[in-house]
Amino acid sequence: MTFTSTAATTLAGVATALTDGGKTSSGEAALFWVLAPLMVLAALGLVFARKAVYAAMSVVFVMISIAFLYIAQDAPFLGVVQVVVYTGAIMMLFLFVLMLVGVDSSDSLAETLKGQRWIGIIFGLGLAGLLVTVVVSSTFPVAVGLDEANGDSNPVGVARLIFGDYIFAFEVVGVLLVTAALGALVLTHRQRLTRHIGQKERSDARLASGHTLTPLPAPGVFSRSNAMDVPALDPTGAPLEDSVSRVLRIRGQEREFGVVAAEIEAPTRTASDPEVQR
Amino acid sequence: MIAAMVSSAVPGVVSASVAGAANPGVTADFSQDNGWVWLIKAVVILVFLLLTVLMAIWFERKVVARMQMRPGPNVHGPFGLLQSLADAMKLLLKEDITVKAADKFLYMLAPMISVFCALLTFAVIPFGPSVSIFGIVTPLQLTDVPVAVLYILATASVGVYGIVLGGWSSGSTYPLLGAVRSTAQVISYELAMGLSLVSVFILAGSMSTSQIVATQQQLWWFLPLFPAFIIYVISMIGETNRLPFDLPEAEGELVSGFMTEYSSMKFAWFFLAEYINMVNVSAVVTTLFFGGWRAPWPISAINDGMFNTGWWPVLWFLAKMWLFLFLFVWVRGTLLRLRYDQFMSFGWKVLIPASLGWVVCVAVVQGVRQFTEVDLRTVLIALAVAVLVVVGISFLVPERKPEPGAAGKKAIPPGEFDPFAGGYPVPPMPGQQLPPSPRRARVAAAAPAGAARQVTDSQTEVERG
Repeated sequence: MTFTSTAATTLAGVATALTDGGKTSSGEAALFWVLAPLMVLAALGLVFARKAVYAAMSVVFVMISIAFLYIAQDAPFLGVVQVVVYTGAIMMLFLFVLMLVGVDSSDSLAETLKGQRWIGIIFGLGLAGLLVTVVVSSTFPVAVGLDEANGDSNPVGVARLIFGDYIFAFEVVGVLLVTAALGALVLTHRQRLTRHIGQKERSDARLASGHTLTPLPAPGVFSRSNAMDVPALDPTGAPLEDSVSRVLRIRGQEREFGVVAAEIEAPTRTASDPEVQR
Repeated sequence: MIAAMVSSAVPGVVSASVAGAANPGVTADFSQDNGWVWLIKAVVILVFLLLTVLMAIWFERKVVARMQMRPGPNVHGPFGLLQSLADAMKLLLKEDITVKAADKFLYMLAPMISVFCALLTFAVIPFGPSVSIFGIVTPLQLTDVPVAVLYILATASVGVYGIVLGGWSSGSTYPLLGAVRSTAQVISYELAMGLSLVSVFILAGSMSTSQIVATQQQLWWFLPLFPAFIIYVISMIGETNRLPFDLPEAEGELVSGFMTEYSSMKFAWFFLAEYINMVNVSAVVTTLFFGGWRAPWPISAINDGMFNTGWWPVLWFLAKMWLFLFLFVWVRGTLLRLRYDQFMSFGWKVLIPASLGWVVCVAVVQGVRQFTEVDLRTVLIALAVAVLVVVGISFLVPERKPEPGAAGKKAIPPGEFDPFAGGYPVPPMPGQQLPPSPRRARVAAAAPAGAARQVTDSQTEVERG
């Protein structure tokens, strides 16, 4: 009983604190009512989109719309950084991973870890409870208004808060991120099993092996036949076996130069000619 | 006058003195602007960008041609000037093909994102100081915000979605490869780019473009911040997908990368976006490092700075911008495309650490200047001594010799690899002798050329079954 009454009074206090210094211009209201429904649709798109890329694009849309709202509320630094960091870097990484794992692959819904769903629900509820408690029990300072908060320009105001009032939290988050990055490096590090062979060594080996260094000659001498299967001729008129694809040679579909020449020179085509058959 | 110049050259003083009336943190005064002034400016910027692109295409073809000892386009119009117009008309009139495998919506959206984001940057680029247009005194700039340069970075990073989505939605292999390369490229080169800009922010004390230009009254930032300038120039070429960093399109490897499946108008939009982006980054580097619209030194001293007022600065701005466009063409005509892995390791192992280290140096010097009584000359002399000492020590350190032998010293003494060591399946350790791979034997059997080929070929065929 007492809890609900305190919660009610705090919520009322929060509401007054939020509305005290705030005035919404008609332009801002119009922007909000245009963007908000679209953002809700996009957020639903994240959940219900069939293709992973569409889900990612929904998130991008929501992020950019939020940036617009931030800027409309005189927080240009937050709005622009939102786009640079979240849309430009983090969602780009998501897209990168989506493309690496295959854009058409769908999620497997089979549960691989036993009981993870229950543990997840318990932790989720715990987090929600913690957040609600913190938000409800916190007291907000009296709003001073945007003119004062942005007095020395918006970035300076944000910098004073981050590097002045909240420097400890900021440093802790920094340490956490560096630890996470190092952990990722350590976990994904793989030792080489065999020696690294560089470009120089490869080219040396290629030279030493005595094989042809240049691209192989293209097949075909007669434009009238399907000449993929006829070897090219060298300057002396001898056929170059290498010019015909290895696959055709293995299948035995390579044709002798003389056979093709005779076929083309013959006045009437025989029934064995592949083009007549077709 | 001189006192004013000196005081405005000191960053801290500037940010304090100009934190002005309407928009704190911005030097340019837009208080007299009204609706039609904005409209005129916006339309002029749009027309300017489109004309500049037409000019830039002609310029690039002409300059590259001269570098290759040939005349270049010279048939349509004087000096071939109308060639790019004719090309644009041809592109618009071509058949617009949507490939069957394409994801229709994103396929159409992608070029739009590219062009739209490319057009946004010039909103915050200052062409000049305040001038009078029909009796209204207004800066030659559409708008400015305290975070203008961050806004430029933001639009650039959203613009890349055009490339990535275009590559993905084409439903084809080469475009997808181009898109994947583009994401990786953007993530790695935008970091270096942003970090190189941070040192300008530190010295100028602001992220607003008009104020950064205002702080370069005495000294253009590319001189004291030369390493940052170099890093920015390198990463701006990477950012615009130009040679030698044009890996997302790489016509030798990926046909045209992300735009392979595009034709007609949609292709023209990608094309347009690429050239507008070139103009954008050239304008940004001019504004941030090359004094923006300020006249170069001997001219700026004439008649008490007459050439830094009125409409003259537009000329200097355009001249500097075209200087960087020429640099783009010059680099394209000179350098070869990097291999993809070299490109990535250059970005991550050279550019990002270098720009990080440089930001730390600039921050330390600026901190010493602001929070202690030590004057700048002492700080610079101390820095020079430190650099000399480090360079001197680096000469004393013996050069690392290439590792002798095949395996090197670090490797564990080779032993036979036991896949079931200790009764469990285990992965091999570095340096262990691996059993010969059966696949490699097949490949080796297929390789030898000459008379024995028929036999080995049929053998591999049999092995494959």
